Amino acid sequence: MRRVFTILIGLAAVLAAAGWVLSAPSRLPASATEGVTGEAERGERIFLAGGCASCHADEDAEGDARRVLAGGAPLETDFGTFAAPNISPDPEHGIGDWSFAEFADAMLRGVSPEGRHYYPAFPYTAYTKMEMQEVADLWAFLRTLPESEVESAASEVAFPYSVRRGVGLWKRLYLRDDFVMAEAEDDAVERGRHLVEALAHCGECHTPRDRFGGPDRARWLAGAPNPSGEGRIPAITPGELEWSASDIAWYLESGFTPDYDSAGGSMADVVTNLAELEAADREAIAAYLLALE
Amino acid sequence: MHLKARIFAAATAFSLVAPAAMAQDDFEAQLKARQGQFRIMALNLGVLGGMAQGEIEYDAERAQTAADTLVTVTGIDQSLHWPEGSDAMSMDGTRAEPSIWDDNEDFLSKWEDLGDAAAEMQAAAGDGRQAVGAALQNVGGTCKACHDAHRTPES
Repeated sequence: MRRVFTILIGLAAVLAAAGWVLSAPSRLPASATEGVTGEAERGERIFLAGGCASCHADEDAEGDARRVLAGGAPLETDFGTFAAPNISPDPEHGIGDWSFAEFADAMLRGVSPEGRHYYPAFPYTAYTKMEMQEVADLWAFLRTLPESEVESAASEVAFPYSVRRGVGLWKRLYLRDDFVMAEAEDDAVERGRHLVEALAHCGECHTPRDRFGGPDRARWLAGAPNPSGEGRIPAITPGELEWSASDIAWYLESGFTPDYDSAGGSMADVVTNLAELEAADREAIAAYLLALE
Repeated sequence: MHLKARIFAAATAFSLVAPAAMAQDDFEAQLKARQGQFRIMALNLGVLGGMAQGEIEYDAERAQTAADTLVTVTGIDQSLHWPEGSDAMSMDGTRAEPSIWDDNEDFLSKWEDLGDAAAEMQAAAGDGRQAVGAALQNVGGTCKACHDAHRTPES
Protein backbone atom coordinates (compact mmCIF):
# COMPACT_ATOMS: atom_id res chain seq x y z
CA MET A 1 0.00 0.00 0.00
CA ARG A 2 2.64 2.42 0.98
CA ARG A 3 4.55 1.60 -2.16
CA VAL A 4 1.54 2.40 -4.38
CA PHE A 5 1.23 5.72 -2.60
CA THR A 6 4.90 6.52 -3.19
CA ILE A 7 4.55 5.64 -6.88
CA LEU A 8 1.49 7.90 -7.21
CA ILE A 9 3.29 10.81 -5.56
CA GLY A 10 6.25 10.16 -7.81
CA LEU A 11 4.04 10.12 -10.92
CA ALA A 12 2.35 13.36 -9.94
CA ALA A 13 5.75 14.96 -9.41
CA VAL A 14 6.94 13.77 -12.81
CA LEU A 15 3.79 15.13 -14.49
CA ALA A 16 4.13 18.46 -12.72
CA ALA A 17 7.78 18.67 -13.70
CA ALA A 18 6.93 17.81 -17.31
CA GLY A 19 4.19 20.46 -17.33
CA TRP A 20 6.61 22.97 -15.87
CA VAL A 21 9.21 22.21 -18.52
CA LEU A 22 6.70 22.12 -21.40
CA SER A 23 5.11 25.41 -20.42
CA ALA A 24 8.37 27.29 -19.88
CA PRO A 25 8.84 30.49 -21.88
CA SER A 26 11.52 29.99 -24.50
CA ARG A 27 13.64 32.83 -25.79
CA LEU A 28 15.46 32.99 -29.10
CA PRO A 29 19.09 31.91 -29.05
CA ALA A 30 21.45 34.90 -28.77
CA SER A 31 22.82 34.13 -32.23
CA ALA A 32 19.40 34.78 -33.82
CA THR A 33 19.59 38.55 -33.41
CA GLU A 34 23.35 39.03 -33.50
CA GLY A 35 24.61 41.30 -36.24
CA VAL A 36 21.12 42.12 -37.57
CA THR A 37 20.57 45.85 -37.95
CA GLY A 38 17.35 47.44 -39.07
CA GLU A 39 16.43 50.40 -41.22
CA ALA A 40 13.65 52.65 -39.96
CA GLU A 41 12.44 53.53 -43.43
CA ARG A 42 11.74 49.90 -44.31
CA GLY A 43 10.28 49.43 -40.85
CA GLU A 44 7.54 51.93 -41.54
CA ARG A 45 6.13 49.58 -44.15
CA ILE A 46 6.14 46.75 -41.60
CA PHE A 47 4.47 49.04 -39.07
CA LEU A 48 1.68 49.86 -41.53
CA ALA A 49 1.20 46.30 -42.75
CA GLY A 50 1.20 45.03 -39.17
CA GLY A 51 -1.37 47.59 -38.11
CA CYS A 52 0.37 48.23 -34.77
CA ALA A 53 -1.51 51.52 -34.40
CA SER A 54 -4.90 49.77 -34.52
CA CYS A 55 -4.36 48.45 -31.01
CA HIS A 56 -1.46 50.45 -29.57
CA ALA A 57 -2.57 53.99 -30.56
CA ASP A 58 -5.56 55.74 -29.04
CA GLU A 59 -8.82 54.43 -30.48
CA ASP A 60 -9.88 57.81 -31.86
CA ALA A 61 -6.45 58.88 -33.04
CA GLU A 62 -6.16 60.17 -36.59
CA GLY A 63 -3.21 61.25 -38.71
CA ASP A 64 0.08 61.65 -36.83
CA ALA A 65 -1.59 60.77 -33.53
CA ARG A 66 -1.72 57.19 -34.82
CA ARG A 67 2.04 57.10 -34.32
CA VAL A 68 1.83 57.76 -30.60
CA LEU A 69 1.76 54.17 -29.37
CA ALA A 70 0.65 54.86 -25.82
CA GLY A 71 -1.72 51.89 -25.68
CA GLY A 72 -5.23 51.71 -27.09
CA ALA A 73 -8.66 50.29 -26.57
CA PRO A 74 -8.91 47.06 -24.55
CA LEU A 75 -9.67 43.90 -26.51
CA GLU A 76 -12.62 42.06 -24.99
CA THR A 77 -12.69 38.31 -25.50
CA ASP A 78 -14.24 35.18 -23.97
CA PHE A 79 -11.03 34.69 -21.99
CA GLY A 80 -10.77 38.14 -20.48
CA THR A 81 -10.12 41.77 -21.35
CA PHE A 82 -6.69 42.42 -22.77
CA ALA A 83 -5.05 45.83 -22.63
CA ALA A 84 -2.66 46.82 -25.42
CA PRO A 85 0.31 48.37 -23.57
CA ASN A 86 2.36 51.49 -24.21
CA ILE A 87 5.01 50.49 -26.76
CA SER A 88 6.31 54.01 -27.38
CA PRO A 89 10.09 54.58 -26.90
CA ASP A 90 9.55 56.04 -23.41
CA PRO A 91 12.11 54.11 -21.29
CA GLU A 92 9.90 53.99 -18.20
CA HIS A 93 6.33 53.60 -19.49
CA GLY A 94 7.04 52.21 -22.94
CA ILE A 95 9.69 49.89 -24.38
CA GLY A 96 12.53 52.39 -24.76
CA ASP A 97 14.87 50.48 -22.47
CA TRP A 98 14.46 47.15 -24.28
CA SER A 99 17.24 45.55 -26.29
CA PHE A 100 16.63 44.39 -29.85
CA ALA A 101 16.91 40.78 -28.64
CA GLU A 102 14.13 41.40 -26.12
CA PHE A 103 11.94 42.93 -28.82
CA ALA A 104 12.55 39.92 -31.07
CA ASP A 105 11.61 37.56 -28.21
CA ALA A 106 8.33 39.46 -27.83
CA MET A 107 7.50 39.46 -31.54
CA LEU A 108 8.60 35.96 -32.50
CA ARG A 109 8.22 34.01 -29.25
CA GLY A 110 5.61 35.97 -27.31
CA VAL A 111 7.95 36.29 -24.34
CA SER A 112 8.46 39.49 -22.31
CA PRO A 113 11.87 40.84 -21.19
CA GLU A 114 11.03 39.51 -17.70
CA GLY A 115 10.66 36.06 -19.23
CA ARG A 116 6.87 35.78 -18.98
CA HIS A 117 4.46 34.63 -21.66
CA TYR A 118 2.36 37.26 -23.37
CA TYR A 119 -1.27 36.40 -23.94
CA PRO A 120 -1.91 35.66 -27.62
CA ALA A 121 -4.21 38.71 -27.87
CA PHE A 122 -0.84 40.09 -28.99
CA PRO A 123 -0.81 38.30 -32.36
CA TYR A 124 2.62 36.68 -32.19
CA THR A 125 1.10 33.50 -33.64
CA ALA A 126 1.23 35.47 -36.91
CA TYR A 127 4.39 37.49 -36.25
CA THR A 128 6.39 34.32 -35.63
CA LYS A 129 6.36 33.91 -39.44
CA MET A 130 8.20 37.23 -39.89
CA GLU A 131 11.80 37.45 -41.08
CA MET A 132 14.37 38.57 -38.49
CA GLN A 133 15.33 41.43 -40.81
CA GLU A 134 11.73 42.69 -40.74
CA VAL A 135 11.69 42.58 -36.95
CA ALA A 136 14.90 44.62 -36.91
CA ASP A 137 13.48 47.15 -39.38
CA LEU A 138 10.31 47.50 -37.32
CA TRP A 139 12.37 47.95 -34.16
CA ALA A 140 14.40 50.70 -35.82
CA PHE A 141 11.21 52.43 -36.91
CA LEU A 142 9.46 52.18 -33.53
CA ARG A 143 12.43 53.89 -31.91
CA THR A 144 11.83 56.98 -34.09
CA LEU A 145 8.25 57.47 -32.80
CA PRO A 146 7.23 59.95 -30.08
CA GLU A 147 7.59 58.97 -26.43
CA SER A 148 4.48 58.77 -24.28
CA GLU A 149 4.30 58.73 -20.49
CA VAL A 150 0.90 57.06 -20.34
CA GLU A 151 0.84 54.16 -17.88
CA SER A 152 -0.09 50.83 -19.52
CA ALA A 153 -3.43 49.45 -18.36
CA ALA A 154 -3.56 45.98 -16.83
CA SER A 155 -5.36 43.08 -18.53
CA GLU A 156 -8.22 41.44 -16.65
CA VAL A 157 -8.13 37.71 -17.11
CA ALA A 158 -10.08 35.16 -15.06
CA PHE A 159 -8.78 31.85 -13.69
CA PRO A 160 -7.63 29.47 -15.19
CA TYR A 161 -6.46 31.71 -18.04
CA SER A 162 -4.78 33.97 -15.51
CA VAL A 163 -2.13 31.27 -15.03
CA ARG A 164 0.42 32.48 -17.54
CA ARG A 165 2.23 29.14 -17.66
CA GLY A 166 -0.94 27.82 -19.36
CA VAL A 167 -0.04 30.04 -22.31
CA GLY A 168 3.15 27.97 -22.64
CA LEU A 169 1.09 24.84 -23.29
CA TRP A 170 -1.16 26.82 -25.65
CA LYS A 171 1.91 27.90 -27.61
CA ARG A 172 2.97 24.26 -28.03
CA LEU A 173 -0.33 23.70 -29.83
CA TYR A 174 -0.62 26.87 -31.88
CA LEU A 175 2.70 28.66 -32.26
CA ARG A 176 3.87 27.37 -35.65
CA ASP A 177 6.10 28.98 -38.19
CA ASP A 178 4.75 27.14 -41.23
CA PHE A 179 2.26 28.89 -43.49
CA VAL A 180 -1.34 27.72 -43.84
CA MET A 181 -0.99 27.97 -47.62
CA ALA A 182 1.85 25.50 -48.03
CA GLU A 183 2.71 26.33 -51.66
CA ALA A 184 2.56 29.81 -53.17
CA GLU A 185 2.10 29.60 -56.93
CA ASP A 186 3.95 32.81 -57.86
CA ASP A 187 5.77 35.80 -56.37
CA ALA A 188 2.63 37.89 -55.88
CA VAL A 189 0.85 35.11 -54.00
CA GLU A 190 3.96 34.52 -51.92
CA ARG A 191 4.18 38.21 -51.00
CA GLY A 192 0.43 38.19 -50.28
CA ARG A 193 0.85 35.13 -48.09
CA HIS A 194 3.53 36.90 -46.10
CA LEU A 195 1.31 39.98 -45.69
CA VAL A 196 -1.88 38.11 -44.81
CA GLU A 197 -0.50 35.29 -42.66
CA ALA A 198 2.45 37.03 -40.99
CA LEU A 199 2.34 40.84 -40.94
CA ALA A 200 -1.29 41.91 -41.24
CA HIS A 201 -2.47 38.93 -39.12
CA CYS A 202 -5.82 38.83 -40.97
CA GLY A 203 -6.54 35.37 -39.55
CA GLU A 204 -6.79 36.77 -36.02
CA CYS A 205 -10.28 38.06 -36.79
CA HIS A 206 -11.30 36.33 -40.03
CA THR A 207 -10.46 32.77 -38.91
CA PRO A 208 -12.71 31.11 -36.32
CA ARG A 209 -11.12 29.86 -33.10
CA ASP A 210 -11.39 26.44 -31.54
CA ARG A 211 -12.41 25.83 -27.93
CA PHE A 212 -8.96 26.71 -26.60
CA GLY A 213 -8.90 29.98 -28.51
CA GLY A 214 -6.44 28.81 -31.13
CA PRO A 215 -6.98 29.58 -34.80
CA ASP A 216 -8.81 26.76 -36.61
CA ARG A 217 -6.52 26.33 -39.61
CA ALA A 218 -8.99 23.98 -41.29
CA ARG A 219 -11.38 26.93 -41.56
CA TRP A 220 -8.75 29.51 -42.47
CA LEU A 221 -10.27 32.97 -43.16
CA ALA A 222 -13.73 31.40 -43.25
CA GLY A 223 -15.33 34.10 -41.09
CA ALA A 224 -15.90 34.21 -37.33
CA PRO A 225 -17.98 35.84 -34.62
CA ASN A 226 -16.99 39.44 -33.97
CA PRO A 227 -15.00 39.61 -30.72
CA SER A 228 -16.86 42.84 -29.94
CA GLY A 229 -20.01 40.69 -29.70
CA GLU A 230 -21.84 42.52 -32.46
CA GLY A 231 -22.26 40.91 -35.85
CA ARG A 232 -19.81 38.63 -37.65
CA ILE A 233 -16.42 39.06 -39.25
CA PRO A 234 -17.01 37.99 -42.86
CA ALA A 235 -15.40 35.10 -44.69
CA ILE A 236 -12.81 36.27 -47.23
CA THR A 237 -12.26 32.99 -49.06
CA PRO A 238 -12.97 33.00 -52.82
CA GLY A 239 -16.15 30.92 -52.51
CA GLU A 240 -17.67 33.35 -50.02
CA LEU A 241 -16.30 36.73 -51.05
CA GLU A 242 -17.14 37.01 -54.71
CA TRP A 243 -14.88 39.98 -55.46
CA SER A 244 -12.31 40.29 -58.23
CA ALA A 245 -8.64 41.04 -57.57
CA SER A 246 -9.16 44.69 -58.44
CA ASP A 247 -12.25 44.87 -56.17
CA ILE A 248 -10.17 43.62 -53.23
CA ALA A 249 -7.19 45.87 -53.94
CA TRP A 250 -9.46 48.88 -54.38
CA TYR A 251 -11.29 48.11 -51.12
CA LEU A 252 -7.99 47.93 -49.25
CA GLU A 253 -6.95 51.26 -50.74
CA SER A 254 -10.18 53.27 -50.65
CA GLY A 255 -12.39 51.43 -48.17
CA PHE A 256 -15.10 51.13 -50.83
CA THR A 257 -16.83 47.81 -51.51
CA PRO A 258 -17.82 47.00 -55.11
CA ASP A 259 -21.25 48.54 -54.49
CA TYR A 260 -19.73 51.60 -52.82
CA ASP A 261 -20.63 50.90 -49.29
CA SER A 262 -17.62 51.70 -47.12
CA ALA A 263 -15.56 49.86 -44.55
CA GLY A 264 -16.50 50.41 -40.92
CA GLY A 265 -15.55 49.14 -37.49
CA SER A 266 -12.11 47.61 -37.03
CA MET A 267 -11.72 47.15 -40.78
CA ALA A 268 -11.83 50.93 -41.28
CA ASP A 269 -8.57 51.13 -39.30
CA VAL A 270 -7.08 48.27 -41.28
CA VAL A 271 -7.81 50.08 -44.54
CA THR A 272 -6.33 53.31 -43.16
CA ASN A 273 -3.09 51.39 -42.58
CA LEU A 274 -3.06 49.36 -45.79
CA ALA A 275 -3.90 52.39 -47.94
CA GLU A 276 -0.43 53.72 -47.13
CA LEU A 277 1.33 50.65 -48.53
CA GLU A 278 2.49 50.34 -52.12
CA ALA A 279 -0.19 49.30 -54.61
CA ALA A 280 1.76 46.08 -55.28
CA ASP A 281 1.22 44.99 -51.68
CA ARG A 282 -2.55 45.40 -51.86
CA GLU A 283 -2.56 43.55 -55.18
CA ALA A 284 -0.51 40.78 -53.56
CA ILE A 285 -3.07 40.41 -50.77
CA ALA A 286 -5.78 40.12 -53.42
CA ALA A 287 -3.76 37.52 -55.35
CA TYR A 288 -3.27 35.47 -52.18
CA LEU A 289 -6.96 35.58 -51.19
CA LEU A 290 -8.02 34.46 -54.65
CA ALA A 291 -5.47 31.64 -54.57
CA LEU A 292 -7.00 30.17 -51.39
CA GLU A 293 -8.91 26.99 -52.00
CA MET B 1 -71.74 71.94 -32.27
CA HIS B 2 -73.90 69.07 -33.46
CA LEU B 3 -72.95 65.67 -32.12
CA LYS B 4 -72.35 64.40 -35.68
CA ALA B 5 -70.18 67.36 -36.47
CA ARG B 6 -68.23 66.87 -33.26
CA ILE B 7 -67.55 63.23 -34.06
CA PHE B 8 -66.50 64.22 -37.54
CA ALA B 9 -64.17 66.87 -36.18
CA ALA B 10 -62.67 64.45 -33.68
CA ALA B 11 -62.22 61.79 -36.35
CA THR B 12 -60.59 64.30 -38.67
CA ALA B 13 -58.28 65.48 -35.93
CA PHE B 14 -57.37 61.89 -35.07
CA SER B 15 -56.69 60.97 -38.66
CA LEU B 16 -54.34 63.92 -38.94
CA VAL B 17 -52.51 63.05 -35.76
CA ALA B 18 -52.46 59.27 -36.09
CA PRO B 19 -49.99 58.86 -38.96
CA ALA B 20 -47.53 61.14 -37.21
CA ALA B 21 -47.89 59.19 -33.97
CA MET B 22 -47.39 55.87 -35.76
CA ALA B 23 -44.44 57.13 -37.73
CA GLN B 24 -42.80 58.07 -34.48
CA ASP B 25 -42.87 54.43 -33.40
CA ASP B 26 -41.11 52.81 -36.34
CA PHE B 27 -39.33 55.80 -37.92
CA GLU B 28 -39.69 54.09 -41.28
CA ALA B 29 -39.81 57.36 -43.19
CA GLN B 30 -36.65 58.64 -41.53
CA LEU B 31 -34.80 55.36 -42.10
CA LYS B 32 -35.74 55.37 -45.77
CA ALA B 33 -34.75 59.00 -46.15
CA ARG B 34 -31.33 58.66 -44.59
CA GLN B 35 -30.54 55.34 -46.24
CA GLY B 36 -31.70 56.85 -49.53
CA GLN B 37 -29.23 59.68 -49.28
CA PHE B 38 -26.39 57.18 -48.71
CA ARG B 39 -27.54 55.21 -51.75
CA ILE B 40 -27.48 58.32 -53.92
CA MET B 41 -23.92 58.92 -52.75
CA ALA B 42 -22.94 55.27 -53.39
CA LEU B 43 -24.25 55.49 -56.96
CA ASN B 44 -22.29 58.65 -57.68
CA LEU B 45 -19.16 57.46 -55.88
CA GLY B 46 -19.35 54.38 -58.08
CA VAL B 47 -19.05 56.56 -61.18
CA LEU B 48 -16.08 58.47 -59.74
CA GLY B 49 -14.45 55.29 -58.38
CA GLY B 50 -14.86 53.48 -61.68
CA MET B 51 -13.07 56.34 -63.43
CA ALA B 52 -10.32 56.53 -60.78
CA GLN B 53 -9.71 52.80 -61.19
CA GLY B 54 -9.76 53.04 -64.96
CA GLU B 55 -12.74 50.70 -65.26
CA ILE B 56 -14.94 53.45 -66.67
CA GLU B 57 -13.50 55.84 -69.22
CA TYR B 58 -12.88 59.27 -67.69
CA ASP B 59 -15.48 61.80 -68.78
CA ALA B 60 -15.11 65.26 -67.25
CA GLU B 61 -18.78 66.10 -67.56
CA ARG B 62 -20.03 62.92 -65.91
CA ALA B 63 -17.42 63.21 -63.18
CA GLN B 64 -18.56 66.77 -62.51
CA THR B 65 -22.21 65.71 -62.37
CA ALA B 66 -21.39 62.97 -59.86
CA ALA B 67 -19.28 65.32 -57.73
CA ASP B 68 -21.95 68.03 -57.81
CA THR B 69 -24.52 65.51 -56.63
CA LEU B 70 -22.27 64.53 -53.71
CA VAL B 71 -22.05 68.17 -52.71
CA THR B 72 -25.83 68.52 -52.96
CA VAL B 73 -26.54 65.45 -50.82
CA THR B 74 -23.97 66.33 -48.17
CA GLY B 75 -25.57 69.79 -48.00
CA ILE B 76 -28.94 68.40 -46.92
CA ASP B 77 -29.79 69.43 -43.37
CA GLN B 78 -29.74 66.25 -41.27
CA SER B 79 -31.64 67.45 -38.22
CA LEU B 80 -34.97 65.88 -39.18
CA HIS B 81 -33.50 62.55 -40.29
CA TRP B 82 -32.13 61.32 -36.98
CA PRO B 83 -34.86 61.40 -34.32
CA GLU B 84 -33.98 60.23 -30.84
CA GLY B 85 -34.68 56.47 -30.51
CA SER B 86 -34.00 55.58 -34.15
CA ASP B 87 -30.74 53.78 -33.31
CA ALA B 88 -29.73 50.14 -33.73
CA MET B 89 -30.15 49.39 -30.00
CA SER B 90 -33.76 50.56 -30.07
CA MET B 91 -34.93 49.12 -33.36
CA ASP B 92 -34.24 46.86 -36.35
CA GLY B 93 -33.44 48.01 -39.85
CA THR B 94 -30.68 50.43 -38.95
CA ARG B 95 -27.00 50.23 -38.03
CA ALA B 96 -26.96 53.68 -36.46
CA GLU B 97 -24.97 53.55 -33.21
CA PRO B 98 -26.41 55.30 -30.16
CA SER B 99 -23.16 57.31 -30.17
CA ILE B 100 -24.74 59.43 -32.93
CA TRP B 101 -26.97 60.91 -30.24
CA ASP B 102 -24.65 60.51 -27.24
CA ASP B 103 -21.84 62.30 -29.04
CA ASN B 104 -23.85 64.24 -31.57
CA GLU B 105 -21.22 66.92 -31.93
CA ASP B 106 -18.71 64.35 -33.19
CA PHE B 107 -21.26 62.86 -35.57
CA LEU B 108 -22.12 66.25 -37.04
CA SER B 109 -18.48 67.22 -37.37
CA LYS B 110 -17.82 63.99 -39.27
CA TRP B 111 -20.77 64.74 -41.56
CA GLU B 112 -19.25 68.17 -42.13
CA ASP B 113 -15.89 66.56 -42.98
CA LEU B 114 -17.71 64.57 -45.65
CA GLY B 115 -19.15 67.82 -47.01
CA ASP B 116 -15.67 69.35 -47.15
CA ALA B 117 -14.28 66.30 -48.96
CA ALA B 118 -17.19 66.44 -51.42
CA ALA B 119 -16.41 70.11 -52.12
CA GLU B 120 -12.79 69.16 -52.85
CA MET B 121 -14.07 66.50 -55.21
CA GLN B 122 -16.25 69.08 -56.91
CA ALA B 123 -13.17 71.23 -57.51
CA ALA B 124 -11.07 68.28 -58.74
CA ALA B 125 -13.61 66.39 -60.85
CA GLY B 126 -12.73 68.17 -64.09
CA ASP B 127 -8.97 67.64 -63.72
CA GLY B 128 -8.65 64.05 -64.87
CA ARG B 129 -8.81 60.60 -63.36
CA GLN B 130 -5.75 61.01 -61.12
CA ALA B 131 -7.25 64.10 -59.51
CA VAL B 132 -10.52 62.24 -59.02
CA GLY B 133 -8.66 59.31 -57.45
CA ALA B 134 -6.84 61.55 -54.99
CA ALA B 135 -10.03 63.39 -54.01
CA LEU B 136 -11.81 60.06 -53.64
CA GLN B 137 -9.27 58.91 -51.06
CA ASN B 138 -10.31 61.87 -48.93
CA VAL B 139 -14.02 61.22 -49.39
CA GLY B 140 -13.46 57.54 -48.52
CA GLY B 141 -11.51 58.58 -45.44
CA THR B 142 -14.44 60.57 -44.13
CA CYS B 143 -16.85 57.66 -44.81
CA LYS B 144 -14.59 55.30 -42.84
CA ALA B 145 -14.05 57.72 -39.97
CA CYS B 146 -17.79 57.97 -39.35
CA HIS B 147 -18.56 54.28 -39.97
CA ASP B 148 -15.74 53.36 -37.62
CA ALA B 149 -17.26 55.42 -34.82
CA HIS B 150 -21.01 55.49 -35.45
CA ARG B 151 -22.12 52.40 -37.40
CA THR B 152 -22.56 48.93 -35.91
CA PRO B 153 -20.83 46.01 -37.66
CA GLU B 154 -22.74 44.08 -40.28
CA SER B 155 -24.51 41.04 -38.85
